[in-house]
Amino acid sequence: MSTDDSDCIVRFENVGLRYGLGPEVLQDISYSLDAGSFHFLVGASGAGKSSLLRLMYLANKPSRGLVNLFGRDIATLPRAELPAVRRRIGVVFQEFRLLSHLSAFDNVALPLRVAGVREDEVERNVVELLSWVGLKDHLQARPPTLSGGQQQRVAIARAVIARPRLLLADEPTGNVDDRMAMRLVHLFEELNKLGTTIVIATHNETLVDKLRHPCLRLDEGRLSMRPGRVIDAAADMPAAGRRRDESDGSDETRRKSGKVA
Amino acid sequence: MLSRRSDIPLDRDGLSRFLPWLVAFMVYLAALALAGTLVLNTLAARWDRDVSGTLTVQIPPGAGPRDDDERLRATLALFRDLPGVAYAEPLDQGRLMALLEPWLGGMEATADLPLPQLIDVSLTSDAKLDVAALSRRLAAAVPGATIDDHSIWLARLVRMVRAVEALAGAILVLIGASTVGTVVFTTRTGLAVHQEAIEVLHLTGAQDAYIARQFASRAMALGLRGGVAGLALAVPTLLGIGFLSARLEAGLLPQLTLFAEHWLALAALPLAAALIAMLTARYTVMRTLARML
Repeated sequence: MSTDDSDCIVRFENVGLRYGLGPEVLQDISYSLDAGSFHFLVGASGAGKSSLLRLMYLANKPSRGLVNLFGRDIATLPRAELPAVRRRIGVVFQEFRLLSHLSAFDNVALPLRVAGVREDEVERNVVELLSWVGLKDHLQARPPTLSGGQQQRVAIARAVIARPRLLLADEPTGNVDDRMAMRLVHLFEELNKLGTTIVIATHNETLVDKLRHPCLRLDEGRLSMRPGRVIDAAADMPAAGRRRDESDGSDETRRKSGKVA
Repeated sequence: MLSRRSDIPLDRDGLSRFLPWLVAFMVYLAALALAGTLVLNTLAARWDRDVSGTLTVQIPPGAGPRDDDERLRATLALFRDLPGVAYAEPLDQGRLMALLEPWLGGMEATADLPLPQLIDVSLTSDAKLDVAALSRRLAAAVPGATIDDHSIWLARLVRMVRAVEALAGAILVLIGASTVGTVVFTTRTGLAVHQEAIEVLHLTGAQDAYIARQFASRAMALGLRGGVAGLALAVPTLLGIGFLSARLEAGLLPQLTLFAEHWLALAALPLAAALIAMLTARYTVMRTLARML
């Protein structure tokens, strides 16, 4: 648990969210996530998991309270600076949200292109990543022609291609069998070892129990936390793979914890 | 090896297919209005150049040929001595007949008519003549002789031409405004249709300008396509009007001719339409997205 904002990737204080004039779907949410932590986000359908993730990836603004990402208060952040914050966040949407008119290659290339990366570099990185997720032979395939599992891998590749500091995944194992689910979660764990903070919203209690990562639980819009077993994954992190801004060997970044107030 | 498509599937918009047709229609009308403006402007300038700085003196027929000669000599003497007069020469009978021919017919019809004598006077560029005082002097020296100051009717004519020009300009502005309105409507519809793709782009960190660039490029391409089509339709129309005006051979009607620089101005219309479409689309997208998170 951090007390210093510089190690804190996400901090919510008394956050409430309502859509229009409806009831609050999130109430008094207060928690923080340290850099390099791995959390599951669980709760029944309609508990507000997707809403909480939408606040974290800046698709919505809270009705009240403070949302702080990477040490920046979102309420006072000028609109022009939002894209820079969003580029540090990778999102795997529940329904993938791949652009159906684009190829798998172009979908994965999106975050790099919007960041203005040179096209030769885009091509090299995207081809490498799609090969790594087993889609080398489907570079030019459009999403509608891919299977659910293949689309999921494209969505995950898009979320991680720009090496985000925070990865949010909404039910990323919802459409695949248990074996594939474990494989994808191991992929997230690998990313986590490289320093990415991970939050996975899931219904899959088996998965949560098996992996024993700390768990954020939403119940009727209220958040509670179940601590997980401490995994000092950063110790296993290859030095070359560590992020420059997180490779200072600080003990704080290795705690991989979260805190619910 | 890997082809690149627009991130937003704008080419699938049904509505954007109509934009080139609307722009073509606008550019067609704009080409006619602009051609009218340019022709009138040239005409006014030519009238101004030809007639300003000149006077025509009219001496009505006297008691006989001898009297006519004396009155002509007296008038010429008066004008040739005036400071600011560069040239004062009587119009010969042939030119006089040619001037009257459109109204009165050929030489045989006018041979017996008592025609006035006309003196063509050119002034130096810095001449400042008091035409009213000069008229009084002339009337005292040669009774009945009058000065036709072209600047009076010329000013009226030029004023009328300028009014028509202003009207054509207003029509051009209205056409431009209609084009802007059409592009705004099309762009807003495109934003609504592609909301999902735009949100994905935003969430992957795209700046508004990145999204606006895609709409602007598309609008420019459609505007250019429509503009070229509109101009292609306008050129034969203008050539046809020019051909018809030349065939009328009416002395009263000015020659409706477009010069090279006029055609260049008309050729710029599709580019202007493309530019207007591009800037309008960009502004509309930026303004609409600014209201989103």
